[in-house]
Amino acid sequence: MKIAVLSGKGGTGKTLVSVNLAAAAKESIYIDCDVEEPNGHLFFKPEDIKSEKISIKIPFVDETLCNGCRKCADFCKFNALAYIQPKLIVFDEVCHSCGGCVLICPEKALSENEKFIGEVQRGVSGNVTVITGILNTGEASGIPIIKKLLKDIPADKGVAFIDCPPGSACIVMESIKDADYCIFVAEPTLFGVHNLSMVYELVTLFAKPHGVVLNKCLEGENPAEEFCLKKGIKILGQIPYDNELGTLNSNALISVRETEKYRVMFSSLLQTVTMEVEACYSY
Amino acid sequence: MKIAMPVDDKSLETSISQSFGRAPYFLIYDTESKESLFLDNSAAASQGGAGVKAAQTIVDNKVAALLTPRCGENAAEVINKANIQMFKVINDSIKDNIEALKDGKLALLEEIHAGFHNHGGK
Repeated sequence: MKIAVLSGKGGTGKTLVSVNLAAAAKESIYIDCDVEEPNGHLFFKPEDIKSEKISIKIPFVDETLCNGCRKCADFCKFNALAYIQPKLIVFDEVCHSCGGCVLICPEKALSENEKFIGEVQRGVSGNVTVITGILNTGEASGIPIIKKLLKDIPADKGVAFIDCPPGSACIVMESIKDADYCIFVAEPTLFGVHNLSMVYELVTLFAKPHGVVLNKCLEGENPAEEFCLKKGIKILGQIPYDNELGTLNSNALISVRETEKYRVMFSSLLQTVTMEVEACYSY
Repeated sequence: MKIAMPVDDKSLETSISQSFGRAPYFLIYDTESKESLFLDNSAAASQGGAGVKAAQTIVDNKVAALLTPRCGENAAEVINKANIQMFKVINDSIKDNIEALKDGKLALLEEIHAGFHNHGGK
């Protein structure tokens, strides 16, 4: 089972929720898809880390063979190639590594070079298998890393929690694509509602079963809760705006592993989520 | 000499476009013969890499100078490799800028932005 945790903006508590749900499970997998700034590993401090470099393919031109016909540049849907007499220029960061230019070149002047863009680290933290995607600074797209992260999820290590990047762009779509269930994490503000509505729209488009965890809840009105009630989004749980929880979290501690109170809170949330997911797939 | 400008319509009375890569048309103007030619910018609707493709059009028309309000870094790389000079326009009038170029009053475009990539601009 794969459960994606997402939100329309950063800082709502995706990592708090996914790290603690993973830690509360008997056995689980935590996958950090926020490859531009992965931070789940700071909480888990995994051991026995095995690292795998991730590369993409970028076209490379043999200038002695290129006759300037420009079929490659005309073919490229992403406009990653330009021909300026007497040379073909390749824009690495515009290239989507489709390989089309290599196939189409009549002179066989194009080949592909490996370009390293980041890595995947696999380690263990107690009951949790921790898998982290890391995109090198300055690279344009983390999607190849996310594809790799989600392709090799171990089947025998329990529920997988996918900690998604913030927002609702391609990188998030890639992260939730194969998820069985989506958990939104939302803040009790109007801005929070705006961002919640964006991911809600995205997940609805992907026809994924979903529910929301309301984070940083205070006394009084909660616009995110009102939005969920209006849209009929299942509220899986509420996490209070809580100094103790915030302090544990900002010290990179996993609250489930620190205090009985939070172990009970996240275990109960995990139980609700598990029941929801089972109910969605019981037919 | 032949010069190019991103423009909003196919007329000398139209304004210079605020975007280079996604300008709807390009004007290719010959300062000696005073001939003008309007080209559709096929890059305007590109999913990505509009600057690269638009710059390729400019290069292919063998102009000596590009007059534009701004230019992204990928487009600038193509333009520079073809040794085309880039000037910053003084306003959005085609005629004013052609006159200013003739009088040597246009400054080179030195600020090259990192590209908007669907995150702003037009």
